[in-house]
Amino acid sequence: MATVSLKKLTKRYGTMEIVHGIDLDVGDREFIALVGPSGCGKSTTLRMIAGLEEISGGTIEIGERVVNDLPPRSRNISMVFQSYALYPHMTVRENLGFSLKIAGVAKEETDRRVAEASAILGLDALLERRPSQLSGGQRQRVAMGRAIVRDPDVFLFDEPLSNLDAKLRTQMRTEIKKLHAKVKSTVIYVTHDQVEAMTLADRIVIMREGYIEQVGTPDEVFKRPATRFVAGFIGSPPMNLHEATVADGRLVFSGGGSLPLPGRFKATVSAGDKVVFGLRPDDLYPVGHGLQSGDAADVHELELPVTVTEPLGNETLVFSEFDGRDWVSRMLNPKPLKAGDRVAMSFDLSQAHLFSAETGKSLRT
Amino acid sequence: MDANASARLKRRIATVAHRVGLFLAMLVICLPGLWIVLSSLRPTVEIMAKPPVWIPQQVSFDAYVAMFSGVGKGGIPVLDYFRNSLIISITSTVIAIAIGMAGGYAFARHRFRGKSAMFLGLMLTRTVPGIALSLPLFFVYAKLDIIDTHFGLILAYVALNVPFTIWLIDGFFRQVPKDLAEAAQIDGCTRWQAFWQVEFPLAGPGIASSGIFAFLTSWNEFALASQLTRSINSKTLPVGLLDYTAEFTIDWRGMCALAVVMIVPALLLTFIVQKHLVGGLTSGAVKG
Repeated sequence: MATVSLKKLTKRYGTMEIVHGIDLDVGDREFIALVGPSGCGKSTTLRMIAGLEEISGGTIEIGERVVNDLPPRSRNISMVFQSYALYPHMTVRENLGFSLKIAGVAKEETDRRVAEASAILGLDALLERRPSQLSGGQRQRVAMGRAIVRDPDVFLFDEPLSNLDAKLRTQMRTEIKKLHAKVKSTVIYVTHDQVEAMTLADRIVIMREGYIEQVGTPDEVFKRPATRFVAGFIGSPPMNLHEATVADGRLVFSGGGSLPLPGRFKATVSAGDKVVFGLRPDDLYPVGHGLQSGDAADVHELELPVTVTEPLGNETLVFSEFDGRDWVSRMLNPKPLKAGDRVAMSFDLSQAHLFSAETGKSLRT
Repeated sequence: MDANASARLKRRIATVAHRVGLFLAMLVICLPGLWIVLSSLRPTVEIMAKPPVWIPQQVSFDAYVAMFSGVGKGGIPVLDYFRNSLIISITSTVIAIAIGMAGGYAFARHRFRGKSAMFLGLMLTRTVPGIALSLPLFFVYAKLDIIDTHFGLILAYVALNVPFTIWLIDGFFRQVPKDLAEAAQIDGCTRWQAFWQVEFPLAGPGIASSGIFAFLTSWNEFALASQLTRSINSKTLPVGLLDYTAEFTIDWRGMCALAVVMIVPALLLTFIVQKHLVGGLTSGAVKG
């Protein structure tokens, strides 16, 4: 097992720079998720680590060995592709054993390791089938089995679950987590799905347009987003984010509506500052239907008209209008509401976030 | 119920019409072949008869016997022609496939400057009729002194086939997902191994069918061969057909018999290879 270290890693296609000198250290046996919208450079970064894409600058170290110019086969990695990339002309057994055959491993040893991997992933009954005879979830498992058999230093996953339906995705997510607990290896996992990233990873790397926006544990990126982008990207439904101006100890929104400036930001902003106010749906709820996280003095109440409700059974997402815009809130222990109802809403400002309108950086102290 | 019954009736009528249409189409396609076989078995009088005699009155293998009985007894050096055809077609096909694989792979997998222009250029060579090239080719070959040689004809056929095989094989390599070669590289293959272990087996059926096309083109080509060959050193079977034309007569029966001799190996080859052209081999490689 090994650490992975990226230093000033850059990728250019001609004059276009896709990845702008990123730095990242992945610990031994750590599960890291690279997450971001499409085109943010996460897949390119993974492919550079795999050696499938040449790097334009910087260094990549795997297990304290610089691998910049080594071909993929010399990096001792394995990769699970979004498309699974199973060899269609080989049976599951041959697919699993292919890397060992290429490496010239003895047949008994190959058989033993294939049997081991197939036992871990429950593939025993499928060994003689070809990929075309397998379902999506089974192909996914074979792809993972092929990665395990190699006993690599680092596992790379490139959006492995995005071709599966929602139910199977949840199931496979759990399997990947169990698998990591079993094989205890360093994992770099690329996904555009923040739920996958949050549930699987020890640390999450949020990327945007070729830069790293924030690196942190799921808890950190959720509770203390470093930028407006991270705040909007992590969490479902997304955080309410609205621009406001600081005036007289209040946050005045563009439509004229205002909220008190949360106490903890009083030292960091001054009158006239343009900021972005952020409040998670969990911290905005009809009075009595949410969990108050901070001081009662920080809870601000307003009566707002409901525009849309989305019942989810155990909770309801309530969209209500404030300052001419929809704010989404999460109502626990829901009661029936309909559009047009006026409801008293609690704004738990102890949990509010402020970002600079100019730089997008968090203004937390 | 009525609506169902009429829908069922309509579907049946459509099926029957479909089959009748197919039968007529196949008849049009197969009739010339059948006519050649029939004509090789009956006397010239019957072949030339008007109105045509559909059912042969006298069937004999005289034409075949005569063909193989040697020069002077109504025969032609058919074995020499056959050997020439075989050597020239197989060699030119192997070379065209080798170049086609390299070229097709490059076009399918790599980006390089002038790629589309080059590809278009290759296709444009196909627009020039071979016969238009035969005179200049004749002069060039005469200067190089390669008229009436296997080498000369092989060279011409390779040039004729390469654009087409590149174009076909490019398409087949495109169908093999790039991910597979990358997965193989991660699994420890070199670029070369990844090609032979994964991409080649998957594109194999396509390459085989390109091979059939190239072989048949060379096997059946007449226009260039008739210009560039002179004697039994290099004359191919299609050119051999001309041996049946004399100044005032044409031996239609003999010609048809030779045509059958030409068709049989091509037919056999196609039949053997097409069994290996298993379609849909790549299904299941990617996605669900």
